[in-house]
Amino acid sequence: MRLTPTDWRNLALSGMALAFAACLPWLFGSYALSIGVTIAMYTVLATSWALFSGPTHYISLATAAFFGVGTYVTGIGIEHLPYWTLLPIAGVIGAVLAALVGLATLRLSGVYFVIFTLGLAEFIRQVITWAQNVSGTKGIYVLTSITEAHIYWQLLGLAALVYLLGWAIGRSRLGFALRIIGDDEQVARHSGIHTARAKILLFLVPGSVAAITGAILAPRYVYIEPSLAFAPMLSFQVVIMALLGGTGRLWGPLVGVIPFTFLWEGVSITVPNQTTLLLGLSFLVIVYLLPKGFVGLFGTIRRRMGSEGLV
Amino acid sequence: MDIIITGFLLGGTYALIAMGLNLQYGMARIMNLANGEMLVAGGFAAFWFWTAAQVSPLLTVFVVAPVAFAANWLIYLVFLRPLVKRARSRGQLEVDSILTTFGLSFVSVGLMLAVFGGDYFSYSYLSFPVHILGDSYGANRVAAFASAVVICGALWLWLDRSRPGLTIRAIAVSPDSARLVGIDVRKMAALAFALGGAVTATGGALISTFLTLDASTGVMFTLKALIIVIMGGVGDVRGTIVAALALGILETFVATVIDPGLTLAAAYLLFVVILLVRPQGLFGRRSA
Amino acid sequence: MSATLSLRGVTKRFGGLVAVNAMDFDVMEHEVLGLIGPNGSGKSTTLNLISGALPVTSGAIALRGSPITQLPAQDIARRGIARTFQLVRLLPSMNVLENVMAGAVFGHRQRWGYEAEAVAQTMLEKVGLSGRGHMAVGQLTYIDTKRVELARVLAGEPRVVLLDEWLAGLNPTEMEVGVALIRALRDEGRTIILVEHVMDAIRSLCDRCVVMAAGAKIAEGTPADVLADPEVIRAYLGDDDA
Repeated sequence: MRLTPTDWRNLALSGMALAFAACLPWLFGSYALSIGVTIAMYTVLATSWALFSGPTHYISLATAAFFGVGTYVTGIGIEHLPYWTLLPIAGVIGAVLAALVGLATLRLSGVYFVIFTLGLAEFIRQVITWAQNVSGTKGIYVLTSITEAHIYWQLLGLAALVYLLGWAIGRSRLGFALRIIGDDEQVARHSGIHTARAKILLFLVPGSVAAITGAILAPRYVYIEPSLAFAPMLSFQVVIMALLGGTGRLWGPLVGVIPFTFLWEGVSITVPNQTTLLLGLSFLVIVYLLPKGFVGLFGTIRRRMGSEGLV
Repeated sequence: MDIIITGFLLGGTYALIAMGLNLQYGMARIMNLANGEMLVAGGFAAFWFWTAAQVSPLLTVFVVAPVAFAANWLIYLVFLRPLVKRARSRGQLEVDSILTTFGLSFVSVGLMLAVFGGDYFSYSYLSFPVHILGDSYGANRVAAFASAVVICGALWLWLDRSRPGLTIRAIAVSPDSARLVGIDVRKMAALAFALGGAVTATGGALISTFLTLDASTGVMFTLKALIIVIMGGVGDVRGTIVAALALGILETFVATVIDPGLTLAAAYLLFVVILLVRPQGLFGRRSA
Repeated sequence: MSATLSLRGVTKRFGGLVAVNAMDFDVMEHEVLGLIGPNGSGKSTTLNLISGALPVTSGAIALRGSPITQLPAQDIARRGIARTFQLVRLLPSMNVLENVMAGAVFGHRQRWGYEAEAVAQTMLEKVGLSGRGHMAVGQLTYIDTKRVELARVLAGEPRVVLLDEWLAGLNPTEMEVGVALIRALRDEGRTIILVEHVMDAIRSLCDRCVVMAAGAKIAEGTPADVLADPEVIRAYLGDDDA
C-alpha cells in the first residue's frame, strides 16, 4: 500500500524526535545519559513486548531469559569474534529460542505460556550457574572500549528498527491477522488464518530484540554473572511499563516507560527496599485503574471532551 | 531407596501446597500467582510462634488455617470478584487475574520484607533422626509428611463425600450447568478460593519445619505448585498427589546425584515434557 | 456430475456418546442442501465436523474429490468452505468493513489492500449494508450483525457456504429479508448447506434435505417428500402423535 500524507508526516516527526534524542550525550551530563540508556533500553524491550502481547493477550515473562542470553553472547563472543557480528548472532539465537518456546506453548492456553516463560529465565540461570560450578569459572569480564554514549546510540538505532518493524507489521497481512486473532481466535481460524504460525512468527520479534538488547548492554556491566544477566525483575518491569503505557498503539509503551523509569529511580534512591512493593502496586493500578494504559486514558478523555462539545 | 523415601516425604508436603492452588485454579477459576506468598506467610507464622512461645508448628496450623481462610476470602471479595464480574470472556479473566495476583504477590513480598527484613529464617523443631528401612530421616520431615497425608486425606474425603465438596467439584467440571441446578457459583468459588489459601498456608507452616524460607522464596513454590497442578491435571485431586510425589522424588534425585542448584531446572524440564506429551495432565482426558 | 462435498461414514464420539453416527451425503454444485432434524440430533455437530471446528472420530469428508477430513479449520477455510456461527461472532474491535475484509484477506481467494477493500464493499452491498462500512459492530441491530457475518463468509468467495441456523432469532419482518437474502445467494448459483429450524424457509429455499435424528440420517429427498415421511414426523413429534 502507498504511504498517505499522514504517514509521511508521522515518519518525519519520528525522524526528528530520533535526531533530537541522539543529541542527548552532547547536550547533558553523564547522569542524564545513564537515564537515557535506561529509557532507551526499556523502550526497546517494552515496545517489542507489546508488539506480541498486545494483539495476542499472551503475557510473556521471558524478557529476562532472552536478555540474559544476549549478554552471554557478548560476554563469551567478545574474546573470539569482532563486536559487530555479536549483535546479529544474539538476534538469531534469541529468535531460535523464541521459536522453540512458541512451538511448545503457543498452541495452549495463556496460563501455560506465563508459567513457561516465567520459568525459562530461572531454568537457563540455574543451568549456566551449574555449568560454571562444574567448569570452575565464575563470572565473565567484558572489557571493551565501548562507552555509555555508544551503547545509547546503538539502543536508539534498535528502537528505530523496532518502531519501523512494528509499523510495517501493522500494515501487513500478518498485522491484520493478529488483530483478528486478538478479537476472536475461532473466527480467525475459520477465516483461514494459521493462528499458531502467526503467533510464533510474532514472538520471534520480542525474543530476538531482547537478546540484541542484552548483547548491546553487556559492556556496560563489565562483569557478567547469571544472577545479574537473568534477573527476573526485568521481565516484570517490562510488562508493567508496556501495560502502563498501553499496548493498543505503537507509541503506547514509550508513554509508560518514561514516567515509570523516573518513578523507579526515585524509589530506588529514597527507599531502596521497597521496589518490590512498587512493582506490586503498579500491577494493581494497571488492572483496576488503567486497564488500557495511558493510551486508553487519553482516548477516554478525548471522547468525553468530544461528546461534551456536541452538547 | 534413600532418595525415594526423602523424595516421597518432600512430595507429601508439595501435594498439600499444590492442592491449595488446585482448589483455587480448578474450582474458583483463579490462577493465583500469589499462592507461594501465602505459603511463606504460613511459614512465618510457624516460625514466629515457635521462637516466641515454643508453640509446636503442628499446633500453629490450627491458628494459621482459619486466619488464612479469612484472609483469602477477603482477597477474593475485594480483588477478584470485581474481575470475575467485569470479565467478558474466560481469556480476559485469566489475563486480569494473572496480573492482579502477580501484583498481590509482589505487594506481600514487599510487606514481608518491610516487616521481617530480607533474612533467611529457620528454626530447629523435631530435628532428631528417625529410622525407616535402615536409613535415618529428620523427624520434622516425617511429621510434616504425616500431617500432610492426614490433611490431604481429609480434604479428599470432604470433596468426595460431603455435599459442599460435591458442589465444588460440580463447579470445577462445568460452572454453567452448576448454576442451572441451583448452585450459588459465586459463593462456592469464594469458598474454594479461601479453602485453597488455607491449605497452602498450612503446607507452608509444615514445610517451614525442615526448609529454610525467606520473604522472596514464594515465587519458587508458586512455580512448583503450578507445575504439579498442570502435570496432575487441573481440578484432579488424585493427579495432584501423584504429580507432587513424582516431583518430590525427581527433585531429591537431582539434588543428591547432580547438583542441589538444579532442582527448579529439573522441575521445569519435567513441565516441558508434560506440556509436549500430555498437556491435559497425567490422568486428564483429551478434550475435543 | 461429481459432488462438490461428500461425507462418507462420518462419525463423532464424545466419550461414550455418539453425537454423529455414520453420516453419508453429497452436496452437488449450485445446490442448496437443508440439514434438518429435532434439537440435539447432531446437525450443528455435523457442520462443526465439516468446517474442522471439531475433529472427526472416523469416516471421510472430501471437497471436490480431495480429502479434507483431518485438516485443521484454517486449511479447510482456505480450501473454500466458509461458515457462520450459531451465535453470531463478529470482531468487536473492528468496524463493519474490516470485519468483512477479514474474510476477503484470508479466505479461499486471498486478496490484499485496495482489492480486498473493494471485494468487502461489494459484499456489503450484496447483503444490504452498503455505506455502513465505517460503523462499529456494537451499533448494529441483530439482523445486521448476521448480515455482516454473512458478508465476511462470502468475501472469501468460498466453494461451499455453511449457514448454522442463520435465520434463528429473527422477527417476522427480518425473516422475510433474511429468506430473500439467502434466495438471492441461491439464484447466484452458490453451494450452500443450511442447518435450519424454520420450516417455511426450508420449503422455499432448499433443493434437497437431509434429516437427522439421534445422530443418524433418517431421510433424504426434496423438502416436500421428507416432510411428509412418517419416520421424519415421528422423529419430530414423538411416537405418540404419529
